[in-house]
Order: sequence, then structure tokens, then C-alpha cells
Amino acid sequence: MGSQGGFYQSKEFLDLVKSIGEARSKAEEDRIVLSEIETLKRRISEPDTPKRKMKEYIIRLVYVEMLGHDASFGYIHAVKMTHDDTLLVKRTGYLAVTLFLNEDHDLIILIVNTIQKDLKSDNYLVVCVALNAVCKLINEETIPAVLPQIVELLAHPKEAVRKKAIMALHRFYQKSPSSVSHLVSNFRKRLCDNDPGVMGATLCPLFDLITNDVNSYKDLVISFVSILKQVAERRLPKAYDYHQMPAPFIQIKLLKILALLGSGDKQASENMYTVVGDIFRKCDSSSNIGNAVLYECICCVSSIYPNPKLLESAADAISRFLKSDSHNLKYMGIDALGRLIKISPEIAEQHQLAVIDCLEDPDDTLKRKTFELLYKMTKSTNVEVIVDRMIDYMISINDNHYKTEIASRCVELAEQFAPSNQWFIQTMNKVFEHAGDLVNIKVAHNLMRLIAEGFGEDDNTADSQLRSSAVESYLYILGEPKLPSVFLQVICWVLGEYGTADGKYSASYITGKLCDVAEAYSNDETVKAYAVTALMKIYAFEIAAGRMVDMLPECHSLMEEFLASHSTDLQQRAYELQAVIGLDAHAVESIMPSDASCEDIEVDKALSFLNGYIQESIEKGAQPYIPESERSGMLNISNFRNQDHHEASSHGLRFEAYELPKQTVQARIPPASLASTELVPVPEPVYPRESYQTTTVPSVSSDAASTELKLRLDGVQKKWGRQTHFPSTSTSNSTSQKTVNGITQVDGSNTANSRTRETYDSRKQVEISPEKQKLAASLFGGPSKTEKKSATGHKSSKPSSHMVKSHAPKSSMEVASEKTSPVQQPPDLLDFGEPTVKSTAPSLDPFKDLEGLLEPTTQVSSAVNHSSTAAVTKSPDIMGLYTETPAGAHHKDSDILSGLSNSPMTNMVGGTTTMQVAQTSKSPNLKDSLEKDALVRQMGVTPSSQNPNLFKDLLG
Amino acid sequence: MIKAVMVMNTQGKPRLAKFFDFLPVEKQQELIRRVFGVLCSRPENVSNFIEAESIFGPDSRLVYNHFATLYFVVVFDSSENELVMLDLIQLLVQQTLERCFKNVCELDIVFNYSKIHTILDEIILGGQVLETRSTEIMRAVEEISKLEAATNAISFIPKSASSWLSR
Repeated sequence: MGSQGGFYQSKEFLDLVKSIGEARSKAEEDRIVLSEIETLKRRISEPDTPKRKMKEYIIRLVYVEMLGHDASFGYIHAVKMTHDDTLLVKRTGYLAVTLFLNEDHDLIILIVNTIQKDLKSDNYLVVCVALNAVCKLINEETIPAVLPQIVELLAHPKEAVRKKAIMALHRFYQKSPSSVSHLVSNFRKRLCDNDPGVMGATLCPLFDLITNDVNSYKDLVISFVSILKQVAERRLPKAYDYHQMPAPFIQIKLLKILALLGSGDKQASENMYTVVGDIFRKCDSSSNIGNAVLYECICCVSSIYPNPKLLESAADAISRFLKSDSHNLKYMGIDALGRLIKISPEIAEQHQLAVIDCLEDPDDTLKRKTFELLYKMTKSTNVEVIVDRMIDYMISINDNHYKTEIASRCVELAEQFAPSNQWFIQTMNKVFEHAGDLVNIKVAHNLMRLIAEGFGEDDNTADSQLRSSAVESYLYILGEPKLPSVFLQVICWVLGEYGTADGKYSASYITGKLCDVAEAYSNDETVKAYAVTALMKIYAFEIAAGRMVDMLPECHSLMEEFLASHSTDLQQRAYELQAVIGLDAHAVESIMPSDASCEDIEVDKALSFLNGYIQESIEKGAQPYIPESERSGMLNISNFRNQDHHEASSHGLRFEAYELPKQTVQARIPPASLASTELVPVPEPVYPRESYQTTTVPSVSSDAASTELKLRLDGVQKKWGRQTHFPSTSTSNSTSQKTVNGITQVDGSNTANSRTRETYDSRKQVEISPEKQKLAASLFGGPSKTEKKSATGHKSSKPSSHMVKSHAPKSSMEVASEKTSPVQQPPDLLDFGEPTVKSTAPSLDPFKDLEGLLEPTTQVSSAVNHSSTAAVTKSPDIMGLYTETPAGAHHKDSDILSGLSNSPMTNMVGGTTTMQVAQTSKSPNLKDSLEKDALVRQMGVTPSSQNPNLFKDLLG
Repeated sequence: MIKAVMVMNTQGKPRLAKFFDFLPVEKQQELIRRVFGVLCSRPENVSNFIEAESIFGPDSRLVYNHFATLYFVVVFDSSENELVMLDLIQLLVQQTLERCFKNVCELDIVFNYSKIHTILDEIILGGQVLETRSTEIMRAVEEISKLEAATNAISFIPKSASSWLSR
């Protein structure tokens, strides 16, 4: 087999692999592997095994362990091999220990010494191998042992070593930031390494460092921008090209870093606009990696201070992703859309159909990503459709982890945006029914409270309607065969509390149902307890109302069972029930008042109501009560009676209760600072805040009801309005919610927006089925008249969503096939051949023209940046240094590089000037507008007399 | 950060597993099994991405690619980009393995277990992408191949190495 290269393996190993491959069962495979382990054990411990053999045994051991068998007996031999002088044996030893051992293993101590020695080796291959091991095996305690050598290696003549040394240092930083905190400046230095590969490697630790502390690295913005610019202009050696893209991996890392540095920093962001815009233009969207760079650009644009031009490019790129045939690109498009809608919410609308397609896609990953997007864009106008969809999906999956997540999201959205209580109850019923055992128990308690408290307004009819509908729905649901325990608890509680309240159902009917529940779920003690208590309430209400209680026979037998139950809780409840039934109406009414579950219970802690009784008894000659503490140690209580009585009163028995622990009220209100640091004031309740949320729900939904018609039009702007990049007003959860739902502001973008909507509408009418339109409208708050009608009331929008559910899959398929034809062919990922990529030599390079312009400003800029660090001032020289590297073929680049020899910082100053020039030179650019035209046509829109404004909108 | 690279065949047999944070063998086996369970239930012509939080814990994603009888899987966190990881698999398979072994197949990977590890070590170090130039990767690997070939008793010079020598 000619493919084996130098990594020689013996025939024995081949045989092993082969026999394992041919094993017909897991047991057979295990048998083969176990016998292999026996052989290895024997051979490895033979005294003078030749090194070459030994090496192979260790490889076989690694292989055996990968198959899941214990190979720990060989660890020590692997460690021994690392001590060997021969590089190859040493390599194998290191490979094995990095795979076998974790950093805290006892044997590591035996390796540290070897690593130290190897790091000093003259052979750079040995050093590299040792560095590999360092990354994996050195833990916090052993870092100091190798740190000095690693730092030395940062200046090693071989770039491969420098690269790995940086990675090792990065690894140390990840494991114990404090141990290398004094060495962080080395990363800055290495950013200016002569070798672009080393520079690229340095970006990894810098990314981590900047993630943790943005502000200390703001001075590097200029350097990063200039590096990125030079990379994008193909100034790196050809070897860095990948699929005709100039060093895309480095570009992506740099874009990630810029996104961090520019986030919320207008000044820093302004430096980036030009280069990011450049990359947008140059990116080749026909290759996978080109799209990766594009995606990273979108992420960067949505993270830095917004720039309208870039946002436009980002929106274009997103629409290309979403229209692609490739699921991967659709996925990235949905993800990117989720990022961009935070800044410019209006772009979601133009992609509504693509989003719906993704929702109906057979690809689970894509579906989930789309739900994530929908979750982000939920508002009171589309909550019903989105939550319905989520629940449908939740029912269809088996993955408990995701089921839990989506269930809690449904609950969260329902609590936050519920348009009506009835809808809320129905939604919760569905969630409980299908994921009841997965949701938090607090959700159940919350639901009970909502039903009990109602809207929190003085509208009793609405409350009782809510309860009646809850009771009705629960009685219906009880017909289902298997319900989750949590849900049953809610059902029992509500039936007990409100089952007979509206007089629609007789007590015997409700009690019968409750008995059924207790019997059907006889192994669930909690449910049974809830059922008994519910029974007790029903009977108590009956007695209090003066009706005769006629206990059902099944109820009798149930009680008999519970009275003898092993569970003391059940027993007690059953006895209580018995006792209550025996009382008269008056007493029952005071112990079990109807609909009083949320009344505050006043506790007379001093038991003052007993005073009369006590007095009476004492007068009759009874002994007064002596507290236990005073009783102890007294031999004859009666002798000291009088004295004692006196003492007791003088001591002052503490009748008043201890002070209640002060509740920290503040904890319930989300701190204002937290809310204002959010990019967009979207209230996102978490569980600890639940109680707070439910109380606000009623008011919010009533708000929504009163201003509903307006909301359809303005909800979008309100939530993601442009000015929200720095949300200064939202101080607490409740205010931000109000702003979302209540106030309707009219701003400039409104009119523009409605215009775009019109055009999209006209497009929709041409090719989209009505079901889909409806779905889109309810999701995105679409504006056409028919849609509005269907969306104004929950009652009427409900059927529409149901209809979509049943018809949509078919229609979407048709639409998809119609639409997809003009989209370009995505790269075939399974294709082994070199993908054919059109060479995209930049036809016009604005920077080239500018370089002459920038010359005079040099002096000013160097003065301005006088204070910047060595790293900064040095960075623009990087490319000059690259010319010295022997690796690349530079003959082509040399003339460009000579132009680069102008002194530091030109690029920075160029930033703003370039922008202006680029903008002015852009408008007459025929090519751009032609491209746009093509794009528009690709999107399936043809200009006609119906939509004369179309091109105006799209082309600006 | 990249958390793991796995290669397994379409029957679920692991062919290579590299976890960049140490995991005990049993845990590795379990993860491989669960990943395979998800992979083999994926329909054709869908995306190459999978939400992996239920398998690998919070903030983890998974990208896979299917070549002939093998699945190549990369697990990583949100600091990486899915499409880049997909290209990393391409880089590994098409630009590197394909050059090392003409028409790379499952057997090549099994028989050259340690070589694949060497290649991976060149590309990814400590969970970070270190090198993406296939020429560099090839050079580093061939340097070692050459050494090995020189020390082996039965030495034959493979095609790739001979081209390296003639340079």
C-alpha cells in the first residue's frame, strides 16, 4: 500500500484493524480487542523490545483506547518513550501521552523535566513536539516550570516554533490568566512578527484578551484595521490564499476582533467602516469561505456602531444567503438576520417568506435556528402565531433538552406578550400537556396564581369568565390518557377552587372527575393529595351553600383507601375531609371560604380570641398555662404557683411575634443599569422575576387591546427603533414594556417603511399563496388590508393560523420550487475536485488612488499618534517586513509594497478621507447599479407599471 | 475554541478522536456514540450544522461533513464561525489528506493513525486554528515522514516525499 508514507505500521496492526473491521458484533470486537490488549501487555513489558517495535505497540495502544478500552497499563511506557533520544520515538511518546493523560495525572511530573529539556533542543522539530505537549499537559502548577523557555521561544528563528510558542502562552492564559498576565505585551509584539503566520496565530490570544477586556486594546484598532486592509488587498504571500481568497482565516479573526473593539464605540467604529465595506465588495460569494468572510462582516457590522451604508451591504448579503439553495447558507442567513434586526428591525420584513420557508424546512438545525430568530422578534402582534408554531414543533420532537428549552421559551413569551388570558391558559395547557414534566414547577404555580388573581383589575366578570374557560378546558383535557403530574396538579387545584363556581357543572360531576384522576394516577402521591384537597373544597362549598352533600360511592371508597394510606400527608388530608363534611354550614364557610385563595390570611398570633375562654376556665379553678422554659427544674409546681404566676407576668411572656425578616424588595426590580446596558430594550424575563412578570401581564395585554390597531403598524419601529442603539430611557422592565406596547410614536422611517411594504406586497400578490401570506402577515405584522382584518382579533386570527398549519407545507413546496430557479449554484461541498471559482481581481481599488493623497498628511498623523505604543506605530510596517520572508513569491506584489513605504499611520488618517471619496465616487458607478439591478431581478421582482417605486426604493 | 475533532465511519466506529480538553475514555466513547446517533438520523441534503448543546453542554456547536464512508466532525464554541469550521474539514480532507494519500479512503486513516494525528496537530493546536496553508502543513508532515523513512529498515520513498526531495 503506497499510501503509508513514512509512518510505518506492521502487518500485525493491519491485521488487528482488519479483524476489528470484520467483527460482526460488538461482543466479537471486544474479544478481539481484549486479546490484543493481552498481547500488548505481555510484549511491552518484555525487557529488550526494540524501539521500533515499542513505538508500534504504543500506537496500537492508542488505537485500542480510542475504541473505548482501558490502556492505562501502557501509560508509563508512553512516558518512558518521551525520554528517548530518537525524535521519532519521542514523537510517538508525546503523541500517546497527550492522548492518554490529563493535565492532573500523576505521571505528568515525570514528563515536565523532559519537556523542559526538549524545549531547549537545537532541533526545532523536537521543540515543536514538546510545545504540542505543553499545550495539552501543563497545568496551572507546572506553568512556571516551562514559562521562561516558552517566552524565549517567542523569538525563535523558526516561525513554526514561534507560532506554537504563542499558542502555548495562549493556553496558559486560558488555564490561569494570572500566571501570564505580565507577559501579555508579548502578544502585542508578536502581532508585528515578520511572518504573517505568526501574526495570524497571535490573533487567537488577542481575541480572548480583548473579549475579556476591551478597553485596554482600543489603541490597537488602527493596527488591526491596517492589517485587515492589507490582507484584503492581497499583500500577503500567495501561499495564504485559500480558494482564491486572500488569507480568509486571518480576515475572519480580524473581523471578529474588530466587532469586539467597535461595539458601542463610535470613534473606533468609524475607523473600520472603509475596510469592512471594502471586504463586502471584494468577497467572492461563490465559495464557502467567501461566504464565511461575508457572514463575519455582517456580524461585525451588526456589532459596531451602525453605519447605514454597511447595514445596507449586510442586508444585501443576508438576502443572498437566504435565497441560496444551500442549507448552510440559509442557516447563516437566519443567524445573521437575528443579529441585524437588533439594529434595523425593518429588514426582517423583506425576508418574511424566506424565514417561513426555513421554518418548514426538513432540516432540524435550520428550523431551530429560525425559532431562535422568531423568539427574538416576538411582539404582542405576532406572539400567537409564533408560540403556536413553537408548540407544534415542541410536540413533534423527542429531544428532551431542546423540548425543555422551547417549552420555557413558549412560557416566557406567553407570559410576556399574551394578548388575552384565555389564550394564555390555552397555551399553557398545551405546553403542560406535552412538556409538563420538563417545565419548571414554578410555571405551574404561576399559572394557578394567574387563574386565581385574574387580571388584577376590578373586573370580576372577566375573571370568572377566565376561570370558567379554564375549568372547561381542563375537564376536556382530563379525557386524555396520560398527563404530566405537574399539569394534573394544576387541574386538580383549579377544579377544586372553581369547578362549581359558575354553576355550570354540578358538584357530583366535578367530584366524580376528581376521583377519576386520583384513581387513574394512583401511584402519584402529589396528584392524589391535590385531588383530595380539591374534593374537600368542593364539598365545603356545597355545605356552605346549604346544599346537601351526597358523596359518590367511588369517593367513599377512595377516602377509605386514603384513610389507611401509608402516606401521612394523604391520611391527614382524608381525615380533614371527613371532619369538614361533618361540620355545619357556618363553620365550614369560615374554614373554607369560597374563592379566597388569594385573600391574605390574618393570623391572630396572640390568640386573643381565646382570652374569654381562658378567663372562664381560670375562674373555674383551672391552672394557668406555664411556659415550658419556666416549668423545667421545678419540683413542685403548685407550691410556687402564685409566685410563679406573678413572675411570669413580670417577666413578660412574649406574646408578640418576632419581627418578620425584612424582605429585600429591591431584588425583584431589575437594576436600572442592567436594562440600560442592553443593546435593545427588549424585556426578557427570567424565572426569578416571574412573579413580577405575571402581575404586569394583565396591564400590558389590556394596553395592547386598546391600541391594537395602531400596534399593527407601529409595533416594529417601537421595539427596534433606530435610536435604540443606546437605550438611555428604559430604566426598568415595566417601563420598557409599556413603551413597546403602548406609546405610538411616528418617526421618519415610518413612511419610508410603509412604502417598502407596499412594494413587497405587490410582489407577494404575484406569486405567494394566500395561506402563506396570512402566516407572513401574522408573523411580521404585514400591512395589507385583508391581513389586517385577520389579525385584529385573536378570535379570527386563530383559525387563520390553524389553517396555515394544515395547508402550508404543501404550498410552501410549490412556492419554493418556483422561486429557486434563478439562484446561483452553491458550491458543492461533497465535491472533491477543486471548486471552480471565478477570479475576482479587484477592478477598481480606491486605496491605490488614495495613497498619493495621503502622503502629505503623514506628519500630522505621526504627531497625533505620538502617544501610541510601539506596537501601533510599528504595525503598518508589517507588510514591508513580509517582503523579506523567503517563503512567498513576491515579484508581483513588489511595486505595491514600495508604495506602502510611507511612514506609519497613514492608513488611519486615510480612514475618514477615504470614506468620503469612496462615497462620492460610488454614485456614478455604473457597474454597481447594474449589479443591483441583477440582484433585484434575481429576487424575482420585475419592474412593471404596478410598482413604479420599486427601483427607487431598492436602488435608492 | 475548538473542543473536539472526530472521524467516524458510517457504522459509527470511531476512526480518530481528538478532544482538546481532556475527557476520560468512557466519556469520549459516550460522546462519539451520541454524535453518531444524531448524524445518522440526519436526512440527505440538509445543512452541515447541528445544535450540540444537549450533547456537549452549553455553548457548543457541531459541524460535520460526510465523505464516502466517513463523517468528519468538529465541535466548537461560539467564538468560531460554522462556515470556517466546514472549510477546516475541507482543508483537512481535500487539501491535506488527499495529497498525502491519493484518493484518501477510510483505510488510509485507520492505517496511518499517527500520521493523521500529526497532521491535525499542525492544523489545530490547543483548540485554536494554527495553520491553514496546506503547503505548510504538508511540508511539516513530510519532514517527519522523511525522517521516519530514513530510520526504517524497510525504507521506501513515497511519492510525496520524493517530490519533496527533488525540490
